[in-house]
Amino acid sequence: MQILDDLWIKIAMWLRGLFDSFLPPWAAQLVMDVLGILLLIVVGIVAVLAFTYVERKIIARVGDRYGPNRAGPFGVFQALADAIKMLTKEDVTPTNADRWMFLAAPIVIIIPAVLLYAVLPFGRGMIGVDLSIGVVFIVAMGAIPILSMLMAGWASNNKYALMGGFRAVNQLLSYEVPMVIALLTVVLLAGTMSTVGIVEAQSSVPFILVSPVAFLVYFLAGLAELGRTPFDLLEADSEIVAGYFIEYSGMKFALFFLAEFINLFLVAGMITTLFLGGWQWPILPSWLWFFIKTFAVIFFIMWIRSTFPRLRVDQLLGFAWKALVPLSLVNLFLVALISKLVETVWLRTLIMLGSNIILLAAALLIMGRLFQKREAKARAAGEAAVKRYYAS
Amino acid sequence: MLKTETITVNVGPQHPSTHGVFRMIITLDGETLVDLKPMFGYLHRGLEKISEGRTYLQAVPLTDRLDYLCSMNNNHAYAIAVEKLADIQVPPRAEYIRVIVAELNRLINHMLGIGFMFNELGAWYTPVVYAFRERERIMDLFEMLCGSRMMYNYVRPGGVSADLPDEFLPMLKKMLPHLQNYVAETRLYLSQNEIFRARAVGIGFLPADIAVANSITGPVLRASGVKYDVRKAEPYSIYDQFDFEVPTQMAGDIYARYLQRLDEMDESLKILRQAVERIPDGEVATKVPARLRPPKGEAYARIEAPKGELGFYLVSDGSTNPYRWRCRPTSLINLSALREMCLGHKVADAVVILGSVDLTLAEVDR
Repeated sequence: MQILDDLWIKIAMWLRGLFDSFLPPWAAQLVMDVLGILLLIVVGIVAVLAFTYVERKIIARVGDRYGPNRAGPFGVFQALADAIKMLTKEDVTPTNADRWMFLAAPIVIIIPAVLLYAVLPFGRGMIGVDLSIGVVFIVAMGAIPILSMLMAGWASNNKYALMGGFRAVNQLLSYEVPMVIALLTVVLLAGTMSTVGIVEAQSSVPFILVSPVAFLVYFLAGLAELGRTPFDLLEADSEIVAGYFIEYSGMKFALFFLAEFINLFLVAGMITTLFLGGWQWPILPSWLWFFIKTFAVIFFIMWIRSTFPRLRVDQLLGFAWKALVPLSLVNLFLVALISKLVETVWLRTLIMLGSNIILLAAALLIMGRLFQKREAKARAAGEAAVKRYYAS
Repeated sequence: MLKTETITVNVGPQHPSTHGVFRMIITLDGETLVDLKPMFGYLHRGLEKISEGRTYLQAVPLTDRLDYLCSMNNNHAYAIAVEKLADIQVPPRAEYIRVIVAELNRLINHMLGIGFMFNELGAWYTPVVYAFRERERIMDLFEMLCGSRMMYNYVRPGGVSADLPDEFLPMLKKMLPHLQNYVAETRLYLSQNEIFRARAVGIGFLPADIAVANSITGPVLRASGVKYDVRKAEPYSIYDQFDFEVPTQMAGDIYARYLQRLDEMDESLKILRQAVERIPDGEVATKVPARLRPPKGEAYARIEAPKGELGFYLVSDGSTNPYRWRCRPTSLINLSALREMCLGHKVADAVVILGSVDLTLAEVDR
């Protein structure tokens, strides 16, 4: 098992030795770095190809259909066929579009997505750069796509695209706030901002069991950041057709698509790292555990996508500001208080879990009450109208 | 002070959620609708005028193309109009068969109505695919009857085109509990979904008085609390012999329309169970001459089609062709309150309201 666990590191060390034998040290380092970057990008793109296929298969299965089954056995080459189609499509720029912005938007969205791979710990000792401020880096890079979406929406010179761009800014900026507060909770628990440090802090208990509220808030905010159901307003195809990338075709569209799925992998990877204990688990090699957990999260996200309807834009913002922000703030306060007051580790964990569950129940109760009040009001309006009609 | 202005957006005729080629010119203040102008006519084929150049029996296939989701009901309404005009008697077995196919078609329509509404809510095709699965089973039955899965041309003046095959009734009997199960399943999985309720309750409110003023009929009217069903108000065919209720809702919003369709599916299944038990033997059609020459006069027949009251008005001048052939289109008239329902809501609600009205553009434009 130890051999498997160190497999990739051993390979890297062997390669380094190989390069060192005929290159000066700086050149060997350069070659290794370039190889690492290439590997990350290739992993990213291969994963995206796999996800497009897996997602269609999962949605099809949930809907009692077969899904892609024409290209190759079980349709596994469907993703390749799609990629070839994308590459050979005509590249159209609308006449009145802002050409440079239109061209720049897909590039701006893909670069931060790829950069984020650098701080994702894929396994024990397997990380691009172990930044001491990894979490801040994640938040900073995660905010750049907003710019790209607004650029794409504005430059397309299309009303649907413009609305999609505005929605994207609305939604992503709002959900940054609870996301960062949930991240702060994790940082507080781990005592470090490095992603490796956070994983190592979960060696005994993963943070999902310490603070389920933070996990829930982060998961929902992550869904919103991805623009996935039930928060897929920015590309709602039944309302604003495709949102900010409606005018894109060919490879530019493919870049948006690529960025979306790379982000999916990243958010799932971040959830794994921050809450599910990252690569930590016995028996299997660490990198395998990371991928298993990440795929489980991705499967869950796809499952949600194939089952739930979407929220409306005002409900979406209301949910962020009225529900998630207060909830995560109270949770942060609780976690800070408890971690200062209680010294014993196991007792602290237990109290945190208990307080989190109570907090969650209280939040659900309050939301349910408000919900019922709203529905009763709607019903009363209908009954009044029926009475008015029969009276006249 | 921010300077803001409204934008005008053309939704359609090509848009993923307009059920065909419907166009809405909407004026938006941010995301809120301040004006909506429905435009239609993109699918106009002149069916009424074409029918006036054909004989009475040749016009039956054209009625299939009105509302292609419930062709049986269209056939039925037209057949009743011709029978009224030419004073043709229909044998009892044919009446039972007509009721069975009409109610099965109502089930198809309501399933798809709910399914497509969820599509517009963003439920990524899953509910609609389940609706299609059940629809396929019913279409298999229709295929046994007439060989076609969509354009049936089965209910004709004088009766129906062919008797039931031997396997039909046993298969239908086996399917009824299954369909009942589907309705219960839909109720169980969709009714309590918080996101759906948040999107549907109180949205697209249609007060009863405005609904009646716009002569809206069908599930949309009943969801607003008015108990009006042609099957009860003016029984045609043999509907007075069946025991069924006319369900109504009070709220008049999208959610009420959804519940209304589910309740009506239950009632349809009730009628089907009775019809399957009581269906008599005998003839399935009265002989009607191919070049039917009804006496001079006019006739109007109306039925409760799945989407509302569907009527056919025929004027005969004694020749083989109708002098006037007019259809009262359910979808078009139900569309007339769309503006009232949508104004003040968000753009996302407008498409769902359109879906909850449940229209077929082929019938709107004819």
